[in-house]
Amino acid sequence: MTLGGWIIMFSSISLVSIFFGLTLYLVLTHKKSIEHLHSTLDEPPDIEE
Amino acid sequence: MQSSKKENWGSLIGVVLAVMGSAIGLGNFIRFPGLAAKYEGGSFMIPYFFALIFLGIPIAWLEWTIGRYGGQKGFHSTPGIFRILWNNRISPYFGFFGLLVPVGIFMYYILIEAWCLYYAYLYLIGTFPLLQEGNAYIEFFRNFTGMNQDGIVFDSNHTPILFFILLCYLLNMWIIYRGLVKGIEMISKMGIPLLFLIAFIILGRVLTLGTPDPNYPERNLLNGLGFMWNPATSEKNFIESLMNAEMWLAAAGQIFFSLSVGFGVIITYASYLKKNDDVILSATTSAAGNTFAEVALGGLITIPAAFVFLGKEGISDSVFQLGFITLPHVFEKMPIGRLFGFLWFVLLFIAAVTSSISMLQPAIAFFEEGLKTNRKTSISLLSFITLIGSLFVVYFSKDLVALDNMDFWIGTFGIYVLATTQIIIGGWIFGVDQVFEEAHKGSLIKIPKIFKFVIKYISPAYLLIVFISWLYQKLPSYIQTLQTNTTARFTFFFVVLLSVFFILLIAQANRNWKKENQGV
Repeated sequence: MTLGGWIIMFSSISLVSIFFGLTLYLVLTHKKSIEHLHSTLDEPPDIEE
Repeated sequence: MQSSKKENWGSLIGVVLAVMGSAIGLGNFIRFPGLAAKYEGGSFMIPYFFALIFLGIPIAWLEWTIGRYGGQKGFHSTPGIFRILWNNRISPYFGFFGLLVPVGIFMYYILIEAWCLYYAYLYLIGTFPLLQEGNAYIEFFRNFTGMNQDGIVFDSNHTPILFFILLCYLLNMWIIYRGLVKGIEMISKMGIPLLFLIAFIILGRVLTLGTPDPNYPERNLLNGLGFMWNPATSEKNFIESLMNAEMWLAAAGQIFFSLSVGFGVIITYASYLKKNDDVILSATTSAAGNTFAEVALGGLITIPAAFVFLGKEGISDSVFQLGFITLPHVFEKMPIGRLFGFLWFVLLFIAAVTSSISMLQPAIAFFEEGLKTNRKTSISLLSFITLIGSLFVVYFSKDLVALDNMDFWIGTFGIYVLATTQIIIGGWIFGVDQVFEEAHKGSLIKIPKIFKFVIKYISPAYLLIVFISWLYQKLPSYIQTLQTNTTARFTFFFVVLLSVFFILLIAQANRNWKKENQGV
């Protein structure tokens, strides 16, 4: 493993991990998604008249 | 839309996981590492990220946006949504690839799914590892897939693979039958976290392999990681590697297929979102999750493990070779390899199931809205069509010619055409300004304005270059195969027949829509 290999591996994995972690955090804490979760428990949302 | 029942996703995380499940497949854990290692992995990451930013994510934003827009007008299938975006009597016909591609891929993908389940079962009952010398895994693979002779899989003395195919088939239909929330969303919510958990367990094992065979001290983990990630080799330096045009095309192709854009699935999934559900964040998160699975998990597991036990001679960029022949050989040499072999194929099976269930929803949506059938009838009709196709691929198993040709005409050519059509209708006819305005409804994050230019010019040009180069490289050999191989001709004829069938259905749906003057 060369220094270049370490740099590219570390930066690629860090980049995709931060990217995924951040977007997932936003989805999970997004107000609308929480509202949706509540509505799922209240009524089956796949069959709305 | 005048339908009395309206389906919607249960939660935003549910649809994000469903799209992630659709995108994460064997390509993430096998195809990506194989390609990266082939092109000096470190260098490969530069065109890979370039394609992610300028091709993959912009097309994903576009597809999610037009999908949600179509859904608000009461349409969930590509033909119906194209009719909304482009008010013209011929526009639904341009969406026929949005039916052909997912349904056609399902017909052969279900086989690969069954192979994964069969391998997991063999590890569980102790038949695997084979503990034989020579080419035992190659022979095993050729035998159970029926590569030696057409129709042999139907022989009563053959392996029980047919039973596993039927099992996977029934499982998929059952999940789909349960509906969007209780079926697809529920399976994705359980399957994707489980998939990540198993991948982390296997990753932990791979990163602690050290130097397992003292007779081969050079076959150690660091050299395995180096083989995958070093940006240069003794023959090529970093700059020389980056000058390789073929690598840029391969990276763009990998991003494109891995994200499942232009596949006919995202547009349908997004159409079940509510008016202000965040499409930008959802599209970005799905793309990010898929990339994470590919780079951080696939990139650290497959090639380093194969290198440590088999050296660089044992590594191939062929998905079937690496996944079903090389890796079982690796697990045979690995301490407690039976357990890790089992986990590995369960992981691949989950990845395959969450992808295959997504392939049926676009056609179901089309049957429901275009032909006015209910879900039960739609699934029955789709089961019949896909069963014929799957049995066709299972029967013509010699050298997997039928599977390979179907993958070429539907799974590659069809996807390129659909994605190009989608980006032209969405970005040019519907208009990039309207796409931007629509995308930002309910969005937490904003797309930089520069991406208007990217979506309108850069992404289509990028896609066309990759498509034309691919045609130039591959089309002549497949045309030649059509002239020399009977199974290839049968397969092509089958694809044409399926296309005609869908075009006739679209004609009928068009008449129905015209009668109701729906949405326009």
